[in-house]
Amino acid sequence: MSQDSATPARPTPIVDTITARFWKAASEGRLELPRCNACDRFHYYPRAICPPCGSEDLSWERLSGRGTVYSWTVSHRPAGAGFKPFVPYVVALIDLEEGPRMLSNVRTDDLDSMAIDMAVTVDFEALADAIALPVFRPA
Amino acid sequence: MTRDVVIAGIAEAGLDKGVFAEPVSVLDIQAQCAVRAVADAGLELADVDGLLTAGLWGIPGAGTLMPLSVVEHLGIKPRFVDGTNIGGSAFDAHVAHAAMAVEKGYCDVAVITYASDQRSASGRNLEGKPPHLNMQFDSPFGLLTPIGSYALAARRHMHEYGTTSEQLAEIAVAARRWAQLNPAATKRDDLTIDGVLESSMISDPLHKLDACLVTDGGGAVVVTTPDKLGDAAKKKAVYVRGYGESVSHWTINSMPDLTTTPAAKSGPAAMQMAGVTHDDCDVVQIYDSFTITVLLTLEALGFCKPGEGGAFVENGRIAPGGAFPMNTSGGGLSCSHPGMYGMFLLFEAVRQLRGDAGERQLDKATTALVNGTGGGLSSTATVVLSNR
Repeated sequence: MSQDSATPARPTPIVDTITARFWKAASEGRLELPRCNACDRFHYYPRAICPPCGSEDLSWERLSGRGTVYSWTVSHRPAGAGFKPFVPYVVALIDLEEGPRMLSNVRTDDLDSMAIDMAVTVDFEALADAIALPVFRPA
Repeated sequence: MTRDVVIAGIAEAGLDKGVFAEPVSVLDIQAQCAVRAVADAGLELADVDGLLTAGLWGIPGAGTLMPLSVVEHLGIKPRFVDGTNIGGSAFDAHVAHAAMAVEKGYCDVAVITYASDQRSASGRNLEGKPPHLNMQFDSPFGLLTPIGSYALAARRHMHEYGTTSEQLAEIAVAARRWAQLNPAATKRDDLTIDGVLESSMISDPLHKLDACLVTDGGGAVVVTTPDKLGDAAKKKAVYVRGYGESVSHWTINSMPDLTTTPAAKSGPAAMQMAGVTHDDCDVVQIYDSFTITVLLTLEALGFCKPGEGGAFVENGRIAPGGAFPMNTSGGGLSCSHPGMYGMFLLFEAVRQLRGDAGERQLDKATTALVNGTGGGLSSTATVVLSNR
């Protein structure tokens, strides 16, 4: 959902050198994360080192965008004025197919269908200029 | 050099309907409480050579380098300071840090201070956090802070173990019944399980009455060694027998297992140092930011097995007259919660061990276990205290 001038903006990520790749990929419709060439694991959120293995030998890879819900909650109040149009909205922890877990939203009109372990797939929501938020929808 | 360590003085700022009874600044609340706490220990401010503090006031500004502002306001020149801030558990961690300093003779008399005027000033900030650094992967998704993190943990616990909202509500009801025995508690009207379940849903599955109060609050704690005390203060001193800390994350995204808090590490460490078992703990003070915090902590500390927390708290077990006396002041759920509650767990443990707890005084209170939790189930600090 884009914001009109009457609606305060949701918080927009303040991007840094390491995270820029993640946000650029998202704005182009891809979910990408760093993968460690030493221990083979993905990590989330993106860092300059693989935590806690410490390797700086990382390669960015595109993920499938498929995952399952580890846990979820429905916010019945907005976490700031920018979220008012979304209330009630689902915030969830998503276990991605490739291993890492990320906090995101599940966009659904059917709150009763929400369940742990439900399959979800990534979608991208324009948030600001060149920033899109990776959110999830029921698969 | 190793010396015995005691909590020798406490002071808590008075509240009226959840706001400071005397509306002075957060620095003045801490100064007044520090003076009263050292007096409670039979000491003077000039004896203080260690200062530990944490809080959320004056940032950015006077609170940015918080220990410096507090030191200045007290007019002391400590040789040991600690501004560890790991959320509401900070003051329980401060007891450990002060104990290590006093044990080694790095300082003799340490004072821990805290104040928050969140209720009288502006209310709790639910506007989230700046979307930078690690928060750029958190704030844009609108998780309510901090209740959303705890709601995610509650949902996961319900899924894994069948825990119910009624069981969580028992925790809030027990807290209210203890508060009804405490004239200083903010909320003392009757509360039932249905009353909790009928309160408005904030972050599903947690209701308004699954959440702690939003009040002002402040206080000070004196940590020293018995040799520094007169006979009267020595008699009421409470010994620090064991302590442990564990920290794992800030944003809930990075919590490895939402049903296991860091207390699974800090608890056994503290109990092992103290040489006590679960059965030795006569009274337990567990951070109750939310009902689920208590349930997860009881499991993590090993008072019951993982998944059994719901059954453990049922049927008034943790309420007055129950087999497991806990949060006897009414806790953060019903007594007060100024944002970082860990110091108030210490106050109530000390009162019980001194025999100063009035109508809610337990018959047997020799050993107390205190467990603070901070952030989004991010940090814990466990302290074991005894009156001999």
